[in-house]
Amino acid sequence: MTLGRVVGCVWSTVKHPGLHGLRLLFVQPLTPELAPTGRRIICTDCTGAGTGELVYWVGGKEASFPFLPAEPPVDRTIVGIVDSIHLRKAEPVETAPGPAAAPKRKGKKSC
Amino acid sequence: MILARVVGTVVATRKDPRLEGKKLLILKPISPDGKDEGGYVVSVDTVSAGVRERVIAVSGSSARMAEGCKDVPVDNAIIGIVDEISMD
Repeated sequence: MTLGRVVGCVWSTVKHPGLHGLRLLFVQPLTPELAPTGRRIICTDCTGAGTGELVYWVGGKEASFPFLPAEPPVDRTIVGIVDSIHLRKAEPVETAPGPAAAPKRKGKKSC
Repeated sequence: MILARVVGTVVATRKDPRLEGKKLLILKPISPDGKDEGGYVVSVDTVSAGVRERVIAVSGSSARMAEGCKDVPVDNAIIGIVDEISMD
């Protein structure tokens, strides 16, 4: 699932019958820092999200699951409206010191 | 789904028998304000779209749920013709 912001909506009259009654919204995918990333996409909506709202959407065949038992031909659906995001800034990873030289084996090698 | 403009047609004689009778169109993805975006895609038309029309295209296995595409080897289908777009 991916974060996005609703930025507009689409009207269509001639469409697949399974899409009748479904809202089609333009969504701008976002990074967790809420910076836009990638091209804007069209999503169906099962949450009642509106323009400007922060949402998350699911892609692929699973996008039609919220509308079961109907199976509309959709590949992206908004499945949640985000209340808040808590993002912990990634801490710099400490690089471990190089591997210590392996102690030399004493004695004969046993088979 | 993506927003795209129909820019051409594809004719194929030798193809999977299940694709016979399906109209294949070339789509150019566009932004909501009509600017071209990168790439092209060949899509099966299920809503009788025409050249230069703005359409909604669905990709992946969901394309097989479009009209007449059940068990047809397609991964992109046009499922709607756009009347209007509203951006806020």
